[in-house]
Amino acid sequence: MDIIKFLDGFTNESLLNEKPSRRDMFGTLGSLGKKAVLSAIPFGLATMPNKTFAQDSGSDPVSALQLALTLEYLEGEFYDLALQSGVLPSGRPETVYMQISKHEQAHVDFLIAGLEGAGVTPVEKPTFDFTAGGAFDPFNDNGVGQETAYAQLLALAQAFEDTGVRAYKGQAGNLLGSDFLTPALQIHAVEAMHASEVRRLRGLKGWITNNERGAGMPEATQAVYNGEENVTQGGVDVTTLGNGAAFSMEASTEAYDEALSGDDAVAIASLFIVSE
Amino acid sequence: MRKSIVKVEPVKKATNRRQFLKLGGMGVVGAGLLVACSNDDNGMGMMPDPNPNSDIFDLGQGDLGVLNYAYALEQLEADFYTKVVNSFYANISDEEMQVLTDLYYHEVNHRDFFKTAITAAVDGNTDLVLPTLEFDYGDLDFNNREQVLTTASVLEDTGVAAYNGAGRLISNPGYLLLAGKIVSVEARHASAIRTLLNPGSADFAGDDYVTTDTGLAAALDPSVVLSAVGDTGFIQTPFTANNLP
Repeated sequence: MDIIKFLDGFTNESLLNEKPSRRDMFGTLGSLGKKAVLSAIPFGLATMPNKTFAQDSGSDPVSALQLALTLEYLEGEFYDLALQSGVLPSGRPETVYMQISKHEQAHVDFLIAGLEGAGVTPVEKPTFDFTAGGAFDPFNDNGVGQETAYAQLLALAQAFEDTGVRAYKGQAGNLLGSDFLTPALQIHAVEAMHASEVRRLRGLKGWITNNERGAGMPEATQAVYNGEENVTQGGVDVTTLGNGAAFSMEASTEAYDEALSGDDAVAIASLFIVSE
Repeated sequence: MRKSIVKVEPVKKATNRRQFLKLGGMGVVGAGLLVACSNDDNGMGMMPDPNPNSDIFDLGQGDLGVLNYAYALEQLEADFYTKVVNSFYANISDEEMQVLTDLYYHEVNHRDFFKTAITAAVDGNTDLVLPTLEFDYGDLDFNNREQVLTTASVLEDTGVAAYNGAGRLISNPGYLLLAGKIVSVEARHASAIRTLLNPGSADFAGDDYVTTDTGLAAALDPSVVLSAVGDTGFIQTPFTANNLP
């Protein structure tokens, strides 16, 4: 089966044409007193205006961990449903999803234990909609067919893992000086190992070139990759450090993953969260 | 300085050290790297040359120490992949050639970035910048696929664990972010190499490296990493890490 060819057919116009429903995301975060009236924006529209849509998602360690937990809930339920769906071919895909699923569930448990250990009530698991309002059918619940469903399962996994890497990175600074920094970095690395494998399962490189979402990824996922084209690291344009292919735009962008702000991570996750 | 915000369950140490030492079984002869570490964890801020009267470079403490430490590891990775791509093992597949070539590009980029960043951080005082290291791979056979990929895997796994363990030693948020930008790429590398070694398996984030109960990748202190690196004998230029834990 040629997955890439398939995915090309599924670049989802209907998703972009859907009326962007603004969903109030972290009702649960709100219950913690965080100022988190956050709106959902389709992936593809999230690039520019989201700063004006979303309020500060918080910059303290607890907010960072609650955001992490929400993303882990999302990933955990996604892989759980994927494994139950019957869509995944046996062999490598199933082996990979089982290993990732095990980790995401462990992350959920770990973060809940950590928050509770600190005397904080963990956010509750949101209600997820992995069809994103009917744009996808990754578990073949609505009869899109095994092959298309599988292509969507892979594409969503890539988007979730690459988002997770960027989101954890974006929260590291908020955990500076906290005992949770090291475990957060340890989870961050695991998400990157997942992302690499899922990307390669889809026939891509394990790393992100420029701001390319990669062949077959729906245009709606572009917000996951915007900003990855950055070449200025610590004030240095790394393409100027030397000559040769190691300092090309491609290599220079692949060699550094970029962070995602809490707001941007929330905007992406919100597409799959049903408002209360 | 560090506040306890959240209680963390004890983290199982992964088996990197053993993996690193396993290289010895492949006929890599140790060649006496002089790496010593103290358990001091109280270094903050940058100091003048920590060893003004010594010919042996010390990485330093605090952020400078961590940057020099990362620079040492990136020098090793960059040098290793330079040798790999300059004489690929026989019958290498297109996929393996692409992966190893990309890793070479990335690590060279990281190495040169650290040199520039550290030099800037110490206002050009090159006495505080880790010098260019020399390497020797002993009996490592660069024409042997398994030896090359296994060594690459150990280097990538160790690099990830090193960055994970060093994050808490960084006080400048900008440096922490930079380390984060690099470590996830190293983790992507580690995953890719692991799959090349055992295709179709769960090794891309295997139970030997990620704790099964908490889903955490390895994190190791500099002393553990440098001791393991020292045991390989790859690094010929002696240096110390007396001010890192």
